[in-house]
Amino acid sequence: MNIGVGLPTGIPGANGQLVIEWARRADAGSFSSLGVIDRILYDSYEPLTALAAAAAVTQRVRLATTIIIAPLRNTTLLAKTASSIDALSAGRLVLGLAIGARRDDYAAAGIDYRSRGKHLTEQLSTLRTLWEDESFGPRAARLGGPPLLIGGLSDQGFARVARYADGYVHGGGPPRAFARAADKARAAWRDAGRPGKPLLWAQGYFALGTTAIESGYGYMKNYYAFTGPFAEKIAAGLLTTPQAIAQFIRGYKEAGCDELVLFPTVPDITQLEQLAAVLNELDI
Amino acid sequence: MKILILGGGPAGLYCGLLIKKAHPAHDITIIERNASNVTYGWGVVFSDRTLGSFQRADYPTYEQISDQFVIWDAIDVKYRGEVIHSGGHVIASISRKLLLHILQARCRQLGISMKFGCEVQDLPQPGEYDLLIAADGINSVVRKTYTSIFKPKLELGKARYIWLGAQKVLDAFTFIFRENEHGLFQVHAYPFSGTTSTFIIECDETSWLNAGLDKASEAESLAYCEQLLADDLAGVRLLSNNSKWIHFPTLKTRTWHHQRIVLLGDAAHTAHFSIGSGTKLAMEDAIALASALEQHADLETALNEYELERKPVVELFQQAAQESQHYFETIKRHLGLPPMQFAFHLLTRSGRISYDDLRLRDARFGDAVDRWYAHQASISITGISAPPTIVAPAPLFAPLRLRATTLPNRVVLSRNAEHIPVQDGMPTEEYASHITILAQNGAGLLLTVPVAISSTGRITPECAGLYHPDHVAAWSRIVTSVHTSTLAKIGLLLNHAGRRGSTRPRTAGLDRPLRQGNWSLVAPSPLPYTPQSQVPCPLERSDMDNIRDDFVRAARMAQEADFDLLQLHFAHGYLLASFLSPLSNQRRDEYGGSLEHRVRFPLEVFDAVRAIWPEHKPLSVALTVSDYVKGGLDPDDAVAIARILKEHGCDLIEVLAGQTTSDSEPAYGRGFLTPLSNRVRNEAAIPTLVGGFLTTSNEINTILAAGRADLCIFEPL
Repeated sequence: MNIGVGLPTGIPGANGQLVIEWARRADAGSFSSLGVIDRILYDSYEPLTALAAAAAVTQRVRLATTIIIAPLRNTTLLAKTASSIDALSAGRLVLGLAIGARRDDYAAAGIDYRSRGKHLTEQLSTLRTLWEDESFGPRAARLGGPPLLIGGLSDQGFARVARYADGYVHGGGPPRAFARAADKARAAWRDAGRPGKPLLWAQGYFALGTTAIESGYGYMKNYYAFTGPFAEKIAAGLLTTPQAIAQFIRGYKEAGCDELVLFPTVPDITQLEQLAAVLNELDI
Repeated sequence: MKILILGGGPAGLYCGLLIKKAHPAHDITIIERNASNVTYGWGVVFSDRTLGSFQRADYPTYEQISDQFVIWDAIDVKYRGEVIHSGGHVIASISRKLLLHILQARCRQLGISMKFGCEVQDLPQPGEYDLLIAADGINSVVRKTYTSIFKPKLELGKARYIWLGAQKVLDAFTFIFRENEHGLFQVHAYPFSGTTSTFIIECDETSWLNAGLDKASEAESLAYCEQLLADDLAGVRLLSNNSKWIHFPTLKTRTWHHQRIVLLGDAAHTAHFSIGSGTKLAMEDAIALASALEQHADLETALNEYELERKPVVELFQQAAQESQHYFETIKRHLGLPPMQFAFHLLTRSGRISYDDLRLRDARFGDAVDRWYAHQASISITGISAPPTIVAPAPLFAPLRLRATTLPNRVVLSRNAEHIPVQDGMPTEEYASHITILAQNGAGLLLTVPVAISSTGRITPECAGLYHPDHVAAWSRIVTSVHTSTLAKIGLLLNHAGRRGSTRPRTAGLDRPLRQGNWSLVAPSPLPYTPQSQVPCPLERSDMDNIRDDFVRAARMAQEADFDLLQLHFAHGYLLASFLSPLSNQRRDEYGGSLEHRVRFPLEVFDAVRAIWPEHKPLSVALTVSDYVKGGLDPDDAVAIARILKEHGCDLIEVLAGQTTSDSEPAYGRGFLTPLSNRVRNEAAIPTLVGGFLTTSNEINTILAAGRADLCIFEPL
């Protein structure tokens, strides 16, 4: 299992310099990917823009959206932006898409919330067609476009993974929740007669160091406030000790995860350094 | 803090005493509509895990409760003159009356004020309490007052049941199934005191009406049940407590709290009695609420915490209860099962208990299941009913005979995950070696992926086929290699892709038309599979002749190559399947419309193949059992088709579902096809093969022993 790290683009107060320096150091270190998350009505960066910037200062790491809310974006422009980032980064983009659960973002973007599932289905089929169109460029490094992952927990979501995508990206939670979702993705994949296995990505949140923990919790409760009472539960999953990180990684590894992206909750470069130190100590 | 609890059942009393224990200064009042010594129902059941949580929550009541408990570890299933005994379950029960008595005494001791015989018509004013706990049961006045907030959903079960008692000592949880001229009656009976047992009697509406129980008085109902259970009761009378025949109400509520009001137990949720969890869940709610109130000074946080903790747990139980309820409502499907299998099916009905679990709980029962299964298999193979052997393998190692072909075990390997492209349908050396390697894994049967009957019947240009003499030689080498190096049999799945043809290999998704070199597609009706797909030509009768003949030619070639079993693809939206479903077949001729019409052409192909396929070799059909789309083919249709196929000489149905249209959304997960296989096997009485992502031998043994399928596709991780 590969371990990636999230960019601090979803944390209020993260300045541009921090994001760029974060990308540079993660690339110089042992992380396999840089992840970004998506939200409109929040103090956060537009994720594809952030990845484009990261592409310019990195050589090696994969650049992954885990996830972006596809229906909020114009499909053709999304195809164009994605293939541009893929070309700029020599094929390092991994495009994770989902429908999200925030009505306010849909309202702000002027997109119908209720038909978002159907909307995503149409987008998935259009994206591939555009990427394969020889007159549409820049060409993604791989014929047919960058690897596509789909997030979500609905039955439709897993059917989409098997029908359109290269894999599944899990939204977070304990390893056993991931294991159940991974089984659904695998079952759908086999049933569809897809060769090989679906790629399985997942993510978690961390805050290391006594002063960081409290602001980490605060951020998570704030970021997930739209889920109502569940924000507390989600925040309770914050990884705050090397032991918790070690167990989390082991759990995901055993459940068959291919790439686990750990997201920061405090906009401070020392968080990245501390995480790298913990992983180094764990010999990961 | 002033706390008002409506309802003096186990949940209300227990919650009151737990809160009072932690906060002696709180002013707690419990209001109960009945008198203190009146109770409905007989015994309530708890598992050992629940007992553990009682012990931690309040030791004095735990001690008294456990003193009065009846604890036993056996479940007996009485069915068709046999009693199947399974042990190691650890179930405890207590009289509800006694439980209330213990809890009331403890409440009194702690200084909780209790008002009995006090009917609440209107809710207390918000000024009268800081917290209102609604433990007032399924008909909760509180919940009904705030319907728009709690959003309750009440669903009535299809069966009728009555809750009775008897002065009868039982040594096991006993399921009794009795058939008489009126129908089928099932009994859930368990002891709850040294001398008394609960008897819940359940039946479907028809049996209930046939028996005239709709018009029967309480005494007449009792007399009827006593006669029904004469053998089991041995002269003991049944007791009624104002008992009535009712439908079980399953209640779900959207939220469990609102401002300073919180729902507890049956006021918030119910779960079918057959998993015996109502009181258990209610008392666990009480523990969770009391502990949340203890941990959080802020009421809103505490109530949130309580709901977040309990709701997912309760939902899991409700799901299991729903499956159990559905099982009993549709029990007639399983009446064909022999007693041992019937009992195993019953014990594993909710999906929470597996073959390995039952074996761990009772090794003797596990051995008995193995011996029974091996014995049945041996009878079907030899035709001789020799006595069962002492040494018997687990069910998945039992052989299976289909016509003159005997598969050495019940495990099927199939659908190889590697993508090995071939040209012009011709299996390559690499393709062949892949199958031979797969054959070394001990399975009883190997099945190929769909193999095309013609070049235009291929799904992709890289699919293997069987339509050219060179193909026969290549397949023949594969079959010979499997036969010479293993005991496994090998089956061939013949397919015409229909409107799903002429697509790219599935490395980057499904049903994407070729970029160039497309061939034209055929289907029953001119409906493209996806919006991007080619519009297929509707088949003329002469095309149908050709396709039928292509299937026959491929079947002859399969015989030449010496395949042991042949399978025709009637699933996943390919050509023959697209005749079966009204979603893809909109013909107005004799091949479209009613099910009888829609099945006509696939059946014609089946008959033509059966006619030339050797008499001693089995012919199977991979059948869509549900389209998973409204208005599509459903399991009832599939059962009807399976019955017809059986009459026409079909030996095995592989159960598949979905993909009839590109927007089908099966609820994927481990074993997602098993319930569909269960229906086809037990309603159409035909052997079934099922996959659906079975990743462990335990899942396979559970399916086989319960008679939900006869063969399983193993897909280990």
